[in-house]
Formats: sequence, C-alpha cells, structure tokens
Amino acid sequence: MMSLHYTFSSMGLRAVTESQKPRPVFFNLAKIQMPVGALTSITHRITGVLLAFAIPFCIYLLDLSLQGPPGYDRVVAMLDDGLVKEAVIVLTWALAHHMLAGIRHLLSDIDIGSQLPAARRSAWIVNIGGAVVALLAAGALL
Amino acid sequence: MLSFIVFFLFHFVVDPPHYYPAWHDFMMSSAMSIGTGVFFAALLAHAWVGLRDVIMDYVHAIAFRTGLLVLVGFSLTAIGVWVVRILWVRHG
Repeated sequence: MMSLHYTFSSMGLRAVTESQKPRPVFFNLAKIQMPVGALTSITHRITGVLLAFAIPFCIYLLDLSLQGPPGYDRVVAMLDDGLVKEAVIVLTWALAHHMLAGIRHLLSDIDIGSQLPAARRSAWIVNIGGAVVALLAAGALL
Repeated sequence: MLSFIVFFLFHFVVDPPHYYPAWHDFMMSSAMSIGTGVFFAALLAHAWVGLRDVIMDYVHAIAFRTGLLVLVGFSLTAIGVWVVRILWVRHG
C-alpha cells in the first residue's frame, strides 16, 4: 500500500506519495495556507466562544431595559454609542458565521455536501455570507 | 433559536417599541416571555455543549480542565437563574 504524506504548497495542503515528497522540507511559515474548510471550522469555534462571552452582556441590557423608563433610556443611549455599535456589528458577524457554519455542519452530518468540492464551495459561502450579513448590519446601524 | 431571532428582528422592523411601556408589554406578554425563556434555555444548553467541547479539546491538565468546566457550568447556571428572575420574578 502506498503511503500518503501531506505537503504545503501554493495550492494549500496536498497529499503526495513518498517519492513526490520534496526533500529537504522547509516550511515557509508565511506561505502556509489553511484550506478554506479549516478556516470555516476554526472560525466557527472562535465565534462560538465570542458569542458565549457576549451572553451575560446581552442579558444585562435586557434586564436594565425592563427595569423601568430610566433603565430603558439608558439602554437606548448605550446602543447609540459608536463603540457599542461596532461591538454589535462584530457580534452580528459572529452570529451569522456561527449559524451558517452550524447549518453547513448539520448538512454534512446527513451527507449533504460532504464531498470535498461541495464542502469547499459551502465553506466559501459560509465565510462570505457571514461577512455580507455583517456589512448589512453595518449599513443598518452606522 | 434561529426562528426566534428572525421573529425578534422582524418585530423590530415592522413595529419597533419606541417607548418603555410598549417594550415592557411586548416582552412581558405570556407568549413572548415563554418564547424568550425557551430561547435562553436552548442557548445556555448549547453554550455548555460548545464550551465543554472546546475546553476538552485544548485543556488537558486534569485539574485545570475540571476547574474550568466547573466555572463554566456555574456561570451558565447563574445566567439561567438571572433570566428566570428577569422574566418571571422581578418584572412579572
């Protein structure tokens, strides 16, 4: 049986046979590229952790907004702040990306789009779709 | 969770609550408070599964891992209690 090795090239991670394996191996760290699916996957994790940390802040705003007219006005003023708006846009991107990547993952669990070409295409759709939603949120808020 | 978020955003587009009474009555209606409660229950359960997986993948020292898991579990439980208080104790 032929053993396969993995090598980084301009095409990203590639499987090659022993004889094709370039030697000696020099890793140019600046040139190592992640396959798009790996980028989608790690971003799914990062956005998930980010969203989890956002939960208490969101509930704090909900709590304050329901404590009476002064609290409500304070929340409205806070959400009108430029820095808070930027945070909301980042969190909107995180939520959109996390949801799209989660749906992609569920679909591949039931064998929809789990072959490599389709998986790469859907990974691009997720990454771009998240950015598009973030731009829409920026357009609506700024 | 997705359908709740879409519904919530849709409500803010077609009938945004501009004043406190409108917002309070909207959130405290029985349909909305139950929906919000179910949403946060699902959200916190999902946060637990996700954070647990991340911790178990990256934190291998058993004492540190256990400590982090206890901290996350305690925090998420406290947040759940907070939500119940907002929806059904303090303002209900």
